[in-house]
Amino acid sequence: MPATFTRNPAEIERKDPGTGGKPPLDRRPTGGGGDGENWGDHSDGHHGPRELLIRYRLGVIFALAGDLMFFVALVSAFFVRQSTGHFDVHDNYINDWRPLAVPTILWLNTAVLILSGVTMEMARRQLFREIDVMEEWLGMGRPAVKRAAPWLGATLALGLMFLDGQWIAWVQLTHEGFRFMSTDPSSHFFYLITGIHGLHLVFGIFALAGALIGLFTLKKIEYRQVAVDCTAWYWHTMGLFWVFLFVLLEFFQ
Amino acid sequence: MAFPRINAASFWVSVVAFLVLISGAHIKGGSAISGWASYPPLSALPAAGPGQGLGMDLWLISIGFFCIASWLSAVNMLATILGERRAGMTWSRMPMTVWGWLVTSILSLLIFAVLLATAILLFSDRHFGSSFFIPMGDMIDGRIVGHGDGSPLLWLHLFWFFGHPGTYLAVLPGMGLATSLFANFTRRRVPGYRVMAGGMVAIGGLGLVVWGHHMFVSGMNPWAGTAFALTTMAIAVPSTIEVIGWLAMLWGGGLRLKTPMLFALGFLSFFIVGGLTGPILAQPALDSYLHNTFFVVAHFHLVMGMAGVFAVFAGVYYWYPLMTGRMMSETLGKLHFWISVVGVYGTFLPMYFAGLAGEPRHYDRLAGPATSFPTLIPLERGITYSGIVLAAAQLIFIWNVFASARRGRVAEENPWQASTLEWANVAEYGRIENGPYEYELQSGGERFHPQWETAAKEE
Repeated sequence: MPATFTRNPAEIERKDPGTGGKPPLDRRPTGGGGDGENWGDHSDGHHGPRELLIRYRLGVIFALAGDLMFFVALVSAFFVRQSTGHFDVHDNYINDWRPLAVPTILWLNTAVLILSGVTMEMARRQLFREIDVMEEWLGMGRPAVKRAAPWLGATLALGLMFLDGQWIAWVQLTHEGFRFMSTDPSSHFFYLITGIHGLHLVFGIFALAGALIGLFTLKKIEYRQVAVDCTAWYWHTMGLFWVFLFVLLEFFQ
Repeated sequence: MAFPRINAASFWVSVVAFLVLISGAHIKGGSAISGWASYPPLSALPAAGPGQGLGMDLWLISIGFFCIASWLSAVNMLATILGERRAGMTWSRMPMTVWGWLVTSILSLLIFAVLLATAILLFSDRHFGSSFFIPMGDMIDGRIVGHGDGSPLLWLHLFWFFGHPGTYLAVLPGMGLATSLFANFTRRRVPGYRVMAGGMVAIGGLGLVVWGHHMFVSGMNPWAGTAFALTTMAIAVPSTIEVIGWLAMLWGGGLRLKTPMLFALGFLSFFIVGGLTGPILAQPALDSYLHNTFFVVAHFHLVMGMAGVFAVFAGVYYWYPLMTGRMMSETLGKLHFWISVVGVYGTFLPMYFAGLAGEPRHYDRLAGPATSFPTLIPLERGITYSGIVLAAAQLIFIWNVFASARRGRVAEENPWQASTLEWANVAEYGRIENGPYEYELQSGGERFHPQWETAAKEE
């Protein structure tokens, strides 16, 4: 069983009583390791830090899978709406789709969001460096927290910058006459998609702030790992969603 | 449970959704009148009728809450099934009930998000001047209200992408539970365990790609209709595998006809009688006649509605001792079963004939050329009386639930001699080393290996 020293066969033989389970860590940066499915080898009734991390990760990933379907529905509606129209009295097919000139600032926003993904990943990896994790687990200091906090702070700042940039894009579009309360289907989709994605990022900002506070207030290293790790998965997914949505809005008008 | 609080949140958000839903009945104009499918443009425009104003908004808000509740529940279920299994609980040792819930949760996760997005789009059409679903030149009361090239068909696609798998959510847990109960009450293993579990997964997977069969007469491209007809008929294959598996368990098995088993048999009976008409409705040519007739009503009320409800009853009778420590009254349970089963068939079976005669659904009064139905009046009376009997029979059930909680016979430990883990005394088991249904019927009596028994099996 790869990826952690809490779950090697020798440990299972020893029947870890369940006290003082060591936090999960990995020489690879994923912190988890893949093999959670070999239920024949699991030890009895023991739920250690690794199971804790996997449990929360599974929850976040499943929640995001549902969220993916939400955006899939919006995107498919986008394509269908783009092509629907009606026949006028001369039997011409009329379609009311007016392509939207997407503000250039979105390119910048996209770059900022991708950069924030990088800083987020840096923050996450600090929580799984073996030597730091061991030090924190043994209560000898908080090197992982010290390393991760600046990266988390940077992610938070970049996230806010992205949201501000999206707001600027909205203002620019409004000045050009593309309002939400108009009859333009393309601007309905633009505001709806950026708005709902923005709402997700606002939630992500709260999660980031929560993780940052959690770094200093959560008593156990494994909970700090969960807080940062789950926030990171959420943030990466939102970044990935945005790249797809941006390509949709920019190139498929 | 991986996330007990999320599970509780899911329940309470459902309660909120329900309260919002019934609050619609207490406002001016009443609740929404566009049916559960809420087809636009009539659902998009308040002018379309009483209840289509605030009532429809409440309906959409209620759906939004319910989507979130189902999403939370699915996340919890999946994280639990994947991550919280007992040591040694491999995939092929999971009870079939868990398989049923696994497929149900995957479906809920995928479809409720789509419904939520769809409801948001409709809400935007109603309040923010967009036109996702309202077509150009749409007229109400002679006034043109449409202002964009919206597509009502888009709603149908998005809604039925949710709606069809949504009906499977009602019956898949029942399929898993029925398999478990058949194994227990016939004291037999599940034949072809992997095939039975895989069959449920296949039903769920195919269920995601058949939504178009609700739209054969909507003006959809006929090629798409053909594709959806093929995928729909393909569902008959895993469904038949399930049914054959169940019949194989019952064939020559020593049936113990306790109340839960009776309801599981009722489930099977309805599933077959309702399911057999599925391939008929799956064909566009036949559906163009049968669409929106009582034939469809009979089909889905039997295969999904009543089968699902009977599975719920089976589950209540079966797990009641686990919840209350007492048994439910067998006499009242059997009475409840027999009256209900007669009531269900009396209500829904004649609807096949009403539908074949061409009687449409969704009308409270038929007039004009449709008055050629007087010959159906006796049939309709029978349906009404059966429906009343069916509803009244549920009073026996409610009485039984409450009375048995106080005065029921005290249940012995593991009253059904079940082998799955929910009946184990938690303190006494460790690793799981055998399958969920190791019942053996022998001439010298019956033996079974509960999953929590780690003692070496006799070879």
